[in-house]
Amino acid sequence: MPQFFLRPGHRLAILFALAVASVALAPIASLVRIAAIGDAEIWPHLVAYVLPASLRDTLLLLAGVGTITVIAGTGTAFAVATYRFPGRDTLVWLLPLPLAIPTYIVAYVYVDILDAFGPVQGALRALFGWRSAVDYWFPDVRSLGGAIVVMGFVLYPYVYLAARAMFQAQSATLVEAARLFGASQFQCAWHVTLPLARPAIAAGLALAMLETLNDIGASEYLGVRTLTLSIFTTWLNRGSLPGAAQIACLMLLIVAALVALERYGRGARVFANPDHAPPAEPATLRGTAAWSVSACCFLPVLLGFVIPLGYLAREVLARGLLIGFDPALLQHVANTVVFAGCATAVSLALGFGIVAAWRLTQDRLVASAAFVASLGYAMPGTVLALGLLSPLVAIDDSLNWLMHNFAGRNVGLLVAGSGAALVIAYTARFIAIPVGFAHAGFSRISFDLDHVARILGARPRAVTRSVHVPLLRQAIWGAALLIFVDCLKELPATLLLRPLNVETLSTYIYQFAARGNFEEGSLAALLIVLVGILPVIRMVRHADAALYRQGEPMPA
Amino acid sequence: MTAIPVCAVACAVAVAALTTSGAAFAQGEVNVYSYREQKLIQPMFDAFTKETGVKVNVISASSGLEQRIVTEGANSPADVLLTVDVARLQDAVNAGITQPIKSDALDKTVPAEYRDPTGAWYGISMRARVVYASKERVKQDSISYEELADPKWKGKICIRSGQHMYNNALFAAYVAHYGEAEAEKWLGGVKANLAQKPSGGDREVARDIAAGKCDIGLGNTYYWALMNDKEADKKAWAEATKVILPTFKKSGGTHVNLSGVVLVKSAPNKANAMKLIEWLVSENAQHMYADINYEYPMRKGIKINPTIASYGEISPDRLPVAKIAEQKKAAATLVDKVGFDN
Repeated sequence: MPQFFLRPGHRLAILFALAVASVALAPIASLVRIAAIGDAEIWPHLVAYVLPASLRDTLLLLAGVGTITVIAGTGTAFAVATYRFPGRDTLVWLLPLPLAIPTYIVAYVYVDILDAFGPVQGALRALFGWRSAVDYWFPDVRSLGGAIVVMGFVLYPYVYLAARAMFQAQSATLVEAARLFGASQFQCAWHVTLPLARPAIAAGLALAMLETLNDIGASEYLGVRTLTLSIFTTWLNRGSLPGAAQIACLMLLIVAALVALERYGRGARVFANPDHAPPAEPATLRGTAAWSVSACCFLPVLLGFVIPLGYLAREVLARGLLIGFDPALLQHVANTVVFAGCATAVSLALGFGIVAAWRLTQDRLVASAAFVASLGYAMPGTVLALGLLSPLVAIDDSLNWLMHNFAGRNVGLLVAGSGAALVIAYTARFIAIPVGFAHAGFSRISFDLDHVARILGARPRAVTRSVHVPLLRQAIWGAALLIFVDCLKELPATLLLRPLNVETLSTYIYQFAARGNFEEGSLAALLIVLVGILPVIRMVRHADAALYRQGEPMPA
Repeated sequence: MTAIPVCAVACAVAVAALTTSGAAFAQGEVNVYSYREQKLIQPMFDAFTKETGVKVNVISASSGLEQRIVTEGANSPADVLLTVDVARLQDAVNAGITQPIKSDALDKTVPAEYRDPTGAWYGISMRARVVYASKERVKQDSISYEELADPKWKGKICIRSGQHMYNNALFAAYVAHYGEAEAEKWLGGVKANLAQKPSGGDREVARDIAAGKCDIGLGNTYYWALMNDKEADKKAWAEATKVILPTFKKSGGTHVNLSGVVLVKSAPNKANAMKLIEWLVSENAQHMYADINYEYPMRKGIKINPTIASYGEISPDRLPVAKIAEQKKAAATLVDKVGFDN
């Protein structure tokens, strides 16, 4: 392994990595501590009656959502990167938009639309003359199948963004070489292009799976008994916080094992772009091929974004929410954007920083620290929040002790009781995103570039600044977008950790959704989408423009 | 590259400074941690502030507030904890975050079975868990909870998750009345009668009955009233269903659950907190609970909302609510054992 750093820099990098890892480690340590306090008395009952059904539902949900997100995300990314067809330029930034809508809202919307009293079944009844819902069979949205479809079409953008970044950066020479050897278009895609995008697809898929795993709102409403739901019922109904913590630890172990398995499965394969030649010119499709690709790519957007957005807009108008506009909403928007913005900046810096440190030192400890930092994403939001409470209050207690001894005053809870707690919670939870994107981004930068830069006299930090960062631009923007939108939508940790009198758009909607009346929060949901869409479009365009500036042909 | 971390830290500090809760210790304020959604409780707090001049600072969450208070420790700004379920009241006591509330006004207004014997918590409003039934397919106008397990209802019952706190409280009341063995048999019987896997909320019960998927189900008193009075898009569901006040055969009473209040042990604004707690059982507040929240007021002599009154004269179950809290875990265990949610 090439050693780049002189000793002091190496030590600094390791310290930095450990500091970042500790942000995610603090709640995990709290969790383990709570789990250790309890005994195992609840486990016989759980194993006999709860876990079999929970595990089965959870695994089926993950498998189903995983399949849909990989097919939809990779397929659309590949189509958009490789071909020109009608509507492609609009689809490029339309495709990630389902990200902007919270999953549980989409679940509520589809139940409203597809249920017995909704417009779809109403139209069917009018068409065929059926009198009531018992006269015909219609798939129930409130089921495991419904949950798989809803979550799949909301979460595919994770895979789409990651895969597209990879496809855009792939050199044309590899594909040309394959074609010279007689491979058909399909064989090129299957044996060359897609395998090269494996780290990115894996990173995107991991994020989508973890989102699914940690979802509570949609799962509970649609009647899917996931492991996360078991954690909550064990805590609240079976009255055992240690038992709940034990289940959460088990989940973390499984997630960590799966991620490690995928990394191991990658083996020593190198995914780097060998010559940084520009990607192949997109081929123009014509006729039915063009229109069918167009339609297929538009379908995920329609299901995951257009229909829910249309429904929300209709509810806002129907309920006169614009006329009876609650002025407090503006304050909530401001809060939401400030918290999300700060958390994005902090997470990006720490996440890319830790992976850059690994790149420059090739140190195994730094790699492990990056891995541990990513585990925050695997914890459900409430569990993370509970775990963070102790460390944050400990910081405040130390501050109070200092102030008491030196200034004779008590300052109360400065960190735990303020917005900083939320920013720290978001960072701990979402740092997996920049770490994943950074890994995927670095994997396609060949070490040769690093070597050449060093031979030419650049110090390690200059290598990162001048070589890595420009090549990582798409990864950085992709990560920033995802973190920002995820922070906008984040609910459970926000509910628990926010300061008095502070609401975000998510918590505002939740008040209505908790009572089964989420439509009253439609305007707030629409605002989340609008606040989320603008960065999406901006960043996708920015990433394309960055490509153009580097002298590579801009996808037309 | 280095500018980003610097900006990031500056942002975080700014955010911390701007939204710190230091002001919460000022004069004329009281800090409330609430399980009740803010939109519902805000009108009460606004009325309280208008009457007394004391500002109310709130956060609401769905779970974890006791843990937050415990962890925050002596520096916690929380004065009052408002809950929507009796189990949370008991959890607060078990977590050691309560102090006894000494108030003659409260003792006079709140009946003994709806408050803690040691004064750790008081109920301030009630709701009942009742049967929603199809107007056209269900002819009877009275029903017992026990009857729900009768095979005549096979394939006809809709319900939300058995582990949801409202159902958990009802099942706990059943265990408190009849013991675990009987309760398990009953739950098994109800499970066998379900028309579909439990999902959704209480409104979905009315929705499914209106759609013809089932004939009866369980829901809270206020949901039907809200659908009927305030929610035009859901009125059809309310119009297709009627509310029957069910009773336990043993006691002749309808199961009720409480919204309650706890005084936090380390409350920094104790005097204002007591003012708020006593105000919540005053006539003004109890009127609001009845009219705006569609609940049963705790105070005698307060007029019940006409829609709620149209269900009939309620005879609340006189089982001490503290006993329900004791059986929550047993109820949750039985729900798992019979595979209720599967």
